[in-house]
Amino acid sequence: MNADTPMPPRTVAAAPAASKGTVHEKEDVIRHYREMLRIRRFEEMAARAYTQGKISGFLHLYIGQEAIAVATADLMRPGDRVVTTYRDHGFALAQGCDSRSCMAELFGKKTGLVGGVGGSMHFFARDKGLWGGHAIVGSHVPLAVGHAFASKYSGDGAVTLCFLGEGAMHIGAVHEGMNLAGLWRLPVVFVVENNQYAMGTPIRRQTPEPDMTVRAPVYGMPSDRFKVEDVFETRERLAAAVERARSEHKPTLVELLTYRFRGHSMSDPAKYRTKNEVEEWKIRDPMSTAEQELREVHGWGDEDFEATDETVVAEMQDAMEFADSSPLPDPEFRFRNHYVEDDLPEQG
Amino acid sequence: MPILQIREAIRDAMDEEMARDERVFLMGEEVGYYNGAYKASEGLLDKYGEKRVVDTPIAEAGFAGVGIGAAMAGLRPIIEFMTFNFSAVAFDQILNNAAKMRQLTAGQFTVPIVFRGPNAAAHMLGSTHSQAFESFYCGFPGVKVISVATPYDAKGLLKSAIRDENPVLFFESEVMYGVKGEVPEEEYLIPIGKADIKRPGSDVTVITWGQGVPVCLEAARLAEADGIDCEVIDLRTLRPLDDEAVFESVRKTNRVVLCYHGWPYGGTGAEVADRIARVCFDHLDAPVERVCYEDINMAYAENLEQLTLPTPEKALEAIRAVSYHRS
Repeated sequence: MNADTPMPPRTVAAAPAASKGTVHEKEDVIRHYREMLRIRRFEEMAARAYTQGKISGFLHLYIGQEAIAVATADLMRPGDRVVTTYRDHGFALAQGCDSRSCMAELFGKKTGLVGGVGGSMHFFARDKGLWGGHAIVGSHVPLAVGHAFASKYSGDGAVTLCFLGEGAMHIGAVHEGMNLAGLWRLPVVFVVENNQYAMGTPIRRQTPEPDMTVRAPVYGMPSDRFKVEDVFETRERLAAAVERARSEHKPTLVELLTYRFRGHSMSDPAKYRTKNEVEEWKIRDPMSTAEQELREVHGWGDEDFEATDETVVAEMQDAMEFADSSPLPDPEFRFRNHYVEDDLPEQG
Repeated sequence: MPILQIREAIRDAMDEEMARDERVFLMGEEVGYYNGAYKASEGLLDKYGEKRVVDTPIAEAGFAGVGIGAAMAGLRPIIEFMTFNFSAVAFDQILNNAAKMRQLTAGQFTVPIVFRGPNAAAHMLGSTHSQAFESFYCGFPGVKVISVATPYDAKGLLKSAIRDENPVLFFESEVMYGVKGEVPEEEYLIPIGKADIKRPGSDVTVITWGQGVPVCLEAARLAEADGIDCEVIDLRTLRPLDDEAVFESVRKTNRVVLCYHGWPYGGTGAEVADRIARVCFDHLDAPVERVCYEDINMAYAENLEQLTLPTPEKALEAIRAVSYHRS
C-alpha cells in the first residue's frame, strides 16, 4: 500500500449516551477547560522560546491532545503512576507539576524538574505520580509493567497508566510488556494515543491493521477505542479501565484517536499532511467542545474566556521569566546521581 | 569448611538474600519449575513459591524491563539471563533504563537490580552463543560489573550485588558452574570493587577474571619451569576497576600480561592496559601483552574454537615474551 492510498475506513465505537449531551457541573467544566488551556499556553510559550533559541534539543508539543492528560489526572489516586513518552509536558502540568519548574527544565536550568539533566523528553516528578518522560519509543512499556508487577507483589493497590503512541505499537518491547501484563494480570492500563502519525509516517504505512485494539484479546485484555473530542467522555471511559485495574487486577488496552495540531517536533513542518486534514481535526478539538459547553450551557461570554486566558497567560509568562532568570546547573551536578554512593557523605 | 560448586554457591547466595529481604525475587526463563537451565536456582521455587521465583516466557526485553520497573517501585529483582548472549535483545533496557534512571531523574529513582547468568564461550556453541559481554556492559556508566571464578567469590559477591543500590551485571560461566571450592558456613560478604590475588608472585603480573582465571593459574604453573614467578590477579569487579591492586602489582613486577575471554578490540582488557600505560609507564620493562579471543566470530568446530580461545599455552607464550625469556 503506498502513501496515496486512502485510509481504510475504521470503526469507532459510539460514545456512551451517558456522556454525550450530558450537562456537567460548571466548576468541573471550568477546571478542565482551564487545565487544557494551561497546557496549550505553556507549549505555545515554549515554542516561542524555542524559536528564540532559549530552548534547544527536541521539543515535542502535545497541542491537540491535552484532554487526555487532563482527564487522566482526574482519575489518579495517591500512589498511582503515569508513565508516558517524550511528549510529556501535558502530563506534567496536569499532574500538578509547577509550570515554573517545567519551563526551567526546558531551558536546561538548575531549577528544572530534574535539575536540567533531562530536558523536554525526560520529565519526572515522582511526588506527583509522573514516572517519566521516556524517550526511547516503546522502551517504557516493560517498565510500566514492572511498576504494576511491584504493585501486585506488594499489594499497594496502585494503578499504573502507561501511555504510548500508535507508532510504538510496532516495536518488540511493547508486545513483550503487554503479553506479560496480560499473563500475570497486572493492574495497568495501556493507553495508545493514536495521533495518526509516527513522526511523518501515517498509520496506513505503519501496519496493515489500523485498529490497535484488535490486539487486546491476544493479551487477554478487554479494550476500548474512541475519538477524543470531549474531556468528560475521555475521563469516563478511561475511568472504567482504571477501575478494572484497581478492583479486578486486570489490564486494559485503550486506543484514543486524537491529533497533534503541530508537527512531530519543533523541527518538523508537517508537510506530510494536508491543511484540510488538520482543520477537520481542529473542529473536534476537545477544547472547543468544552468552550461550547461553557458558552451554551453555563452562560460564559467572551469576557469570561478572556479573563481566564489572561490568568493562564500570566502564569506562563511568569514561568518563562522564572526559567530565563534561573541559574544554570552547577558544573559539579553533571557527576551526580550516577551511583547511589555518589551522593552519600564520604566515609570516615 | 564445606565444599560447594559455583552453582550451589550462587543458589545459596540468592536463598540467603531472599530469606533476609522480602523484596528480593528471582525472575527469568526456567528459573522456577525447571529449577534453572544450569540448576543455579534449584529448590528456590519450592521454598519461596511462584510469587518470588517467577518463570517468564522468552522475552528478555520484556522481563528485563519489568525488573527495572519493579526496582524503581521499591523491589530488589534478580533477573537471570539463561546466557548473557540473550541479554543482547534487552540491551536497550539495561543501557537506557537501568543505567540511566537515577541520573536522569536527578536521584528520584534508584534501580537496585542484579542481572546474572553465564557469560563468554562455553564449549562448541557457535558464534551467537559464545560471546563475552564485558566490553559492552563496562562501556557505559551507571552499572557495576562483576565476574566470578570461584564458589567463594560467587557467593560473597552475589550477596553484595543483591544488596547494592545500583544495577549490577553479574557474570558466571557455563563451563564453571561445577567448579568446586571452600565456602564458609557463616555469612560473609565480599565488597564490590576489590580485586583478589589468586597467586602471589614477583616476576610477571597476570591480570584476568572469570573464565580466564583457571587459564592463568595453569599458565603460571607452567611458567615455573622457566623460573618465572607469576602473580595472578583476579579483578572480580570489572566496573569499578580496582586500579590500586593492579598498579601495586605492576610496580613490583614491571611486566604485565592480560589474559581473558573477549574480543581484543577495545573493552575491559584494553582499558586496563591503557590505565597501566598511563599510570605505570615508568615501571614497565616490556610492552603490555594481551591474550584473548582472536578478532573473529567463534566457529563451532572444536579445533577452530580451541584455536580462537585463550589457553594456558598462549598465556605462557605472552609471559615469556614480557620476560624476554628464550625457551
